[in-house]
This record gives sequence, structure tokens and C-alpha cells, in this order.
Amino acid sequence: MKIGTPKEVFEGERRVAMTPDSALQLQKLGYECAIETGAGEAAGFSDAAYEAAGVEILPTAAQLFKAADIIAKVREPNETEAKRLTADKTLISFFWPAQNAEMLELCKSKGASVIAMDMVPRISRAQKMDALSSMANIAGYRAVIEAGNNFGRFFTGQVTAAGKVPPAKVLIVGAGVAGLAAIGTSTSLGAMTFAFDVRPEVAEQIESMGAEFVYLDFEEESQDGAATGGYAAPSSPEFREAQLKKFRELAPEMDIVITTALIPGRDAPVLWTKDMVEMMKPGSVVVDLAAEKGGNCELTEKDQRVVSDNGVVIIGYTDFPSRMATQASTLYSTNIRHMMTDLTPEKDGQPNHNMEDDVIRGATVTHEGEITFPPPPPKVKAIAAQKPKEKTPELTPEEKRAAEVAAFKKETKTQVTLLAVGGLLLLAVGLVAPASFMQHFIVFVLSVFIGFQVIWNVSHSLHTPLMAVTNAISSIIILGALMQIGSGSFLVILLAALSVFMAGINIFGGFLVTRRMLAMFQKS
Amino acid sequence: MEFGFTTAAYVVAAVLFILSLGGLSGQESAKRAVWYGIVGMALAVFATLVGPGSGLWLLSLILIAAGGIIGFVVAKRVQMTEMPQLVAAMHSLVGLAAVFVGFNAHITMGAVAGGHGEGAFADLIAHKTSVELNILRVELFLGIFIGAVTFTGSVIAYGKLAGKVTSQAKKLPGGHILNAGAAIISVLCLFWYFGTGGFFPLFVMTLLALFIGYHLIMGIGGADMPVVVSMLNSYSGWAAAAIGFSLGNDLLIVVGALVGSSGAILSYIMCKAMNRSFISVILGGFGGTSGPAMEVEGEQIAIDADGVATALNEADSVIIIPGYGMAVAQAQQSVSEMTRKLRAAGKEVRFAIHPVAGRLPGHMNVLLAEAKVPYDIVLEMEEINDDFPDTDVVIVIGSNDIVNPAAQEDPNSPIAGMPVLECWKAKQVFVSKRGQGTGYSGIENPLFYKENTRMFYGDAKASIDSLLPMLK
Repeated sequence: MKIGTPKEVFEGERRVAMTPDSALQLQKLGYECAIETGAGEAAGFSDAAYEAAGVEILPTAAQLFKAADIIAKVREPNETEAKRLTADKTLISFFWPAQNAEMLELCKSKGASVIAMDMVPRISRAQKMDALSSMANIAGYRAVIEAGNNFGRFFTGQVTAAGKVPPAKVLIVGAGVAGLAAIGTSTSLGAMTFAFDVRPEVAEQIESMGAEFVYLDFEEESQDGAATGGYAAPSSPEFREAQLKKFRELAPEMDIVITTALIPGRDAPVLWTKDMVEMMKPGSVVVDLAAEKGGNCELTEKDQRVVSDNGVVIIGYTDFPSRMATQASTLYSTNIRHMMTDLTPEKDGQPNHNMEDDVIRGATVTHEGEITFPPPPPKVKAIAAQKPKEKTPELTPEEKRAAEVAAFKKETKTQVTLLAVGGLLLLAVGLVAPASFMQHFIVFVLSVFIGFQVIWNVSHSLHTPLMAVTNAISSIIILGALMQIGSGSFLVILLAALSVFMAGINIFGGFLVTRRMLAMFQKS
Repeated sequence: MEFGFTTAAYVVAAVLFILSLGGLSGQESAKRAVWYGIVGMALAVFATLVGPGSGLWLLSLILIAAGGIIGFVVAKRVQMTEMPQLVAAMHSLVGLAAVFVGFNAHITMGAVAGGHGEGAFADLIAHKTSVELNILRVELFLGIFIGAVTFTGSVIAYGKLAGKVTSQAKKLPGGHILNAGAAIISVLCLFWYFGTGGFFPLFVMTLLALFIGYHLIMGIGGADMPVVVSMLNSYSGWAAAAIGFSLGNDLLIVVGALVGSSGAILSYIMCKAMNRSFISVILGGFGGTSGPAMEVEGEQIAIDADGVATALNEADSVIIIPGYGMAVAQAQQSVSEMTRKLRAAGKEVRFAIHPVAGRLPGHMNVLLAEAKVPYDIVLEMEEINDDFPDTDVVIVIGSNDIVNPAAQEDPNSPIAGMPVLECWKAKQVFVSKRGQGTGYSGIENPLFYKENTRMFYGDAKASIDSLLPMLK
């Protein structure tokens, strides 16, 4: 079978779905590769590079569509391209089947199989073919770079001989893949980065990337991202109000705002209103990654860079991945290659369109003359449901104080009880036992007491030396044996001698081992 | 005159012993503390030799020297990983010595009653009233009993720790009833002995006590060994104290009580660390669970040295959790070398030590110290448990139950409620482990199935060694 990649026809699209590297990998799966001449030019891959990788160069798109059995491209097909499909061909590209019903119908009527890269389900196994994530990653990075390009100051704070430079403050709204990538880029450039998301469970991810999570003081059942496959869902009007209020608070301080809030299948929510833009300082930058869906910022114009009346730059480009065509093509072609790997389990160059497979089933939108969109829910849930977080009620100072007093009282009580019981027992023993015994007994009780007092202070790491030392000094039993050894009876002498001998081993062994151990403890 | 000197020397020795134990509160003062102990012991032995123990003093000296040579050789040769066995073996010596001294006291008592006792101890007995003699019987009876239990118990503990006896909990049919029966007969023997003063009940009791020691420790699983060793330590102290009573020797009483209470506290600390009651450890086996254990989902994902090395090179903060497996594989030197390399690369490396890691209280600290890991980066569970969420990489080396999240997540788990090191909260966890088996307690560990956990199979030493050249 032959995999072919035509030149993208969409205006300004510079990406390409096959790179020389990915072609080599595809050939390992048993496929032949073909490409339309000049398809990789804009992404920095020359025809010669493809040829060197064993890719056939075809002069026109028509010839390519004719020769290839599997067509891999980036953008959704236009009408001309769709009409070139036939029943035995498979198309792999972004497709947006929900928004492109007509095109879907057209492909179905042609009988071709279509695998939509944007429909790959969000499960762990499919991450390697998740083109949306890899593109979002690039968009997030590029958004920060674009912002920097339009921003007249440093990101990082500096104290130089020529004066002090404050760090830039960056707010990132929406911490999906793009948002997190933007956070990473922004923090590594040295900006003070803040981030907001409606899903509180991403706070941890945000903080892990080095940004500060903007908390909303709002009591509502928090959204569980797990239920929607890791995407955000629309929020209640009250929540939205609270959110906007918070943003108004932040707006005057922020130098750069990057909005990435998208809800699947809906227009982008307006989160950065006109008055917020007006509050911002002149020279500030807003980058709206949701421009394609109408924009998160009220003033965004799709594919335009506009400057507001108060000098705030608002960037509404929708082609961030295409602006980094080389990187985007490398990642996208790898996603395609992984998809082909899953489609070709035998590595024999023959795709096996297994509709039982969650990933393949989910991404396939037309197959054998049928529309197979929308797919049934995947058998594996994308993300494990979040466990409700336990709330430990914050104690008021009075409660804390009361608890402390109670604990103190309890401690006193147990201590007094113990002392009383111990004292009574001692008295009881004293009543029956002779005085000579009591002398020893008092010594014994006091020693136990001293032992308890002393041992509690022994540091944990020294427990083994403690055991060795107590072991060594417990051979004090040697004194008993020494006292007996002078006795007349042979048996007594023998037993005592044995005891002295064993205790001797113990004394020397115990102390030496302890010393050895302690000598090893070193401070760094 | 001589005896006055002896008593004075004993007081000094007792003070030195107390200082010796108290000095163990810090690593630096501990080095001085051992010397207090040594001087105290030397003083005590010297004072006894010139005082009440002057009979056959040359023989005594020779024996001490001979024993000393053996002790010296053993102490020089022993590997730090074999420390638990050594301590257990030495406990058995103290136990046996206590039994012998107790028997001697009995024999001397008989001799004095017959009118032909000689020596310092016989003089002491000869001055006793009949009530005092009765108390003396009880004391030496107790001394022999505890000593005998300590002896066989320590021998079995040694066997288990050295791998010569199966480390699983084993009981004869009848279980604790056998122990209880033996204990009851021993008490009966006490009354019998109290009444007659004959040798036979003493002998029967000794046999029974030996059996109790054997059977009690056989019934305790390997994972509970830290508690057992410190418990036997405590017993050996109580035995010495009981003998001290019967010999009327205050120093023996003082030291015995010190050792006894220290062992008891250590056992208590260990039990608390495992969230188990002391009784349930002694009786062996885990308490009954109230339901089926939580099902573990997912699979154990393996990783090779390359992957671990990459993660380590990228990490800023690393926490290492060593366990018994590190001791078994003798991997502490390799771990130390790895630590040195990572620290040289400017990474924050710390060790997290669970109170019951290993087979002896503080076992891991000693091993790491031997491998020259600085002690100020070796931290206790409470000190470090909150830091896991900020940690990039956690390496678990040969530990299992002490990092088992089931203790917190699964109320039906046998170890539910036991404080554990919350390593799964770190960004990435690597578990160096021999194979897929369960730990000492035989409990499935959900940590190994977590998404951020990767299994690094193989012998701990070989695994860590294979990492070393790949670290920057």
C-alpha cells in the first residue's frame, strides 16, 4: 500500500503531514511513501530530503491522490480533494466532523474511510497519536513568543547598572495542554506567571509548572474534569460572575494575558471583556488562542493583530502551529505514524481497520460507506474519577486553645493516675517485704524511671547503636558470675566460669560494634 | 573497706551507664557516650574483682580476656548488614549467662543451708532471714525464667534474621494455648519451688521457659523482627535486674532496669510506627481483617536503567527510600555513590527512613552511615512526609510495606492505619525490586500499579550500579 501526502491547499498553511523521518518509519511498517512536489517546502523539508528518504515525488495533487491508497494530510479536505477520494482509499487528517457535516456526507458518498485525527479519544494508550495535544502544545509555546514579540519589555526582572527592570506579569486563562505549555514557556522566560482554570484539580499541575494558581473564592460543586474526558464544561452564571470579578481585579496588574479557554463543541466563552482590556496598561498584550471559536477576549478579531484605544495589543491569530511549521510537522507526522502503527499490527503494509479497537473506532468518522460519527463512548474511561477531597475544618484559635487545654488536662490526669497507682503498689510491696528487699526495690524503681526518661530522648537514627550499647552493658551480669566463681562447689565454678566467658564476649563485642557504628555517622 | 570501695565504684559506674544511654540523643555526643559505657563497665568489673569477686580472680581475668578476643574478632568482622543477627546472638549470651548465674545462686543456697558454702555470695546468703531467703527464691526463679526465654528466643531470632530458620510465622498445633499452658505450669513450679526449695521444679521451669522462648519467637513473622529484637533486648535487661535482686547487687539492678526499660520503649516506638498493638506483635500474625482487600487495578510497568537515569538527570529533588532489600543486596555503597553523584550535580537528594525499615530499629541509618551518606540528609518519616508532593523523583530500594498506600486507602488492608511514606505523591516513583512478588507481609502493594510508578526490576545493587555511569 502507498501512503501519500499532498501539498496543503489551505491559504497560509505551512505544515505537512509527512516528514523524511516519518517516511522512514512508515516504510518500516511496510508502506511505500509518496509526496506532492514542494509539499514540505514551507516546513523546511526539501524534495531532495524526501527523495533521500526513499519517498516518491509526484508532480501534481491529482496524480498523488490517484497513486496513493492512504492519504495523510493536515487540514480537513476541501471539495476538490474530497471528490478525488474513492471507495478503496483512506484519508487521515483533521476533519472536525461535528462542524463539517456536508463534507462528511460527501466522503461517505465516495465510500472512502476517513480517520479524523481530532477525534482520537483521550485515553492513555492513544496519547501518542493525540495530534490536538501536540498542536496545542506548540500553540501555547508560540503564544508566549508572539506576546513577547509584541511586548516592549523583558519577561524577567533584572537589576542592571542602567536601572531596575520589573518582571513581566503573565496571566494564563485555561490550563489545558496549550495553557500548561504557555505556563512552562512563560516561567522559563522568567515572568511572574499566574494561571486560572475552572477545574480545581489542575491547580496541582499549574503549580507543578511553576505558576501560581488563581483561586476563586466560590462555593459550588466543583467541576470534575474526568467526566468530560479531561475537558472543561460550561459553568454556572454565578460562577462566571465570580470569575470575571477576579479577572477585573487582576487586569490592571497584568502585562500579558493568554487565553486558551475552549469548551468542546461550543463557542469560546468570553472571559476577557472590553472593560478589562481598558483597565490594562498601554503596551500590554492579549493573545487569544480561542480566536478560531470567536475568542475569549471581546475585542479579538480572528487572524488579526489589533491595537485597542488604550494601546493594548490583541492577537487573534489562529495559525500558531503553522507558524512553527517545522516543529508542528515533525510532531504531527509522528502522530500520523503512530496511528499507522496501530492500524498495521502485522507491519506488512496492509492496514487492518479494526473497528473493535477503541482508538481506531473513535477516530474513524466514515467507513465502508457508513457515517460512523459520533462514536460510542470508549470502553476505557479517560481519566480516573477524582476522589472527593476530604476537608479538614480549620480550627478557630479558641477551639485550638480548648483542645490544647483538654490535652493538657488529660495528660495531667493520666500522669497523676499512673503516679498514684505506682505509689500505692510500692506501698503495698513495702508493707509485706523486708527492709533489705525494699532498699533494692527502690533502686530498681528509680532506675526504671531514669531509663524511661533517658531513652525517650534517644534520636531515631541511633536506635541500632542504642541496642548494641544496651546489649553490651546488659552483660553487667558478669558481676554476678564473678561473685560466684570463688565458691567451693565445682559445678558452681564451672557455670560461673562459662557465664564470665560469655559475658566477656558480649562486653567487647557490644562496645566495639557500637563504636564502629558511631564512627560511621558523618555530617555532610 | 574493700566493700565500701566497691559500692562507691558501683555508683560511679551506674552514673556512667546512665550518661552513656543519655548521650545517644545526638550523633556527636554518642561518640563520647560509648566511652562512658566502656569506662563504666571496666570500673564495675575491676571493683568486683578486687572486692566481692576476688576468689579465683586470675581465672576470671583469663576468661574475660578469652571472651574479649572472640568478641573483638566478631565485632571487627561483622558486616553492617548482619547487625540484626549479631545483636540477637549476643542477647542469647546474656540470657544463658543469667540462667547459669541463677542456677549457681540456687546451688549456693543449698550449700549454705548444708553449712559448707564459701565465697562472697555464700556469706551474703548466710546472713539472710527466712523471709529474705523466700524472696531470694522468687527473684532467682524469675531471673532464670526470663533468662531462659531470652536465650531460646534470641537463638530463634538469630536464626530467622540470618536466614537459617524460616522467617514465616510458624506455630505448633495448639498455638498460644501451648505457651499459656507452659506459663501456667511455670507459675505452679514457682509455688512448688517456693515451698520445697528443691532443684526439680527449677529444672522443669527452665525447660518450659526454653520452650516458651522458642515457640513465641517462631510464631512471629520476619517483618516484626525489629520489635522482637528490641523486646529480647528488654528481656535480657529484666533478667539481669532479677539476678541483681537475688545477688543483692545494686549495680546489676540499675543496669538491668535501664536496659529493660530502654528495650521496652524501643518496642513501643516500633509498634506505634506500625500502628499495631504490642500484644498483637507478640502473639504473632496480623489481626483479622473485616473484609476483602481492595482490588488493585492497572499493571506494573517496567522501566530500564536508561529511563531511570534520564529521569534522575532531569530531576531537581530526589528522595530515596531504602528498605530491607537494600540491606540484602548490600547496595548501600552503590546508593551512596549515586547520592554523591547526584549531589555533585546540584540536586537535592534526601533519604526517607521509615521507623520499621529493615530488621532492626535504625537499621537503615547504620547502613547508610557505613556507606558514608551524611546523616543530615537522612530524615525520618515525619520530617519528610510532607515534602513528597514537591519531589521530582522518588527511588524506592527494596522496601514494600512501608510505602504501601493501602495503609491509607483501604480500610480492609491488614496494615490499614499504619503510617507510611507517602511517596506516591511525588511526580515519579521508581521501585527497585527483585520481581513481582509481594513483600514480607504478603500484601499486594497498589503503589506498584500507580500511573506515576515504574518498576525497575533486578537486584538492587546491580540496578543502582547500572545507573551510575549514566548519571551526569
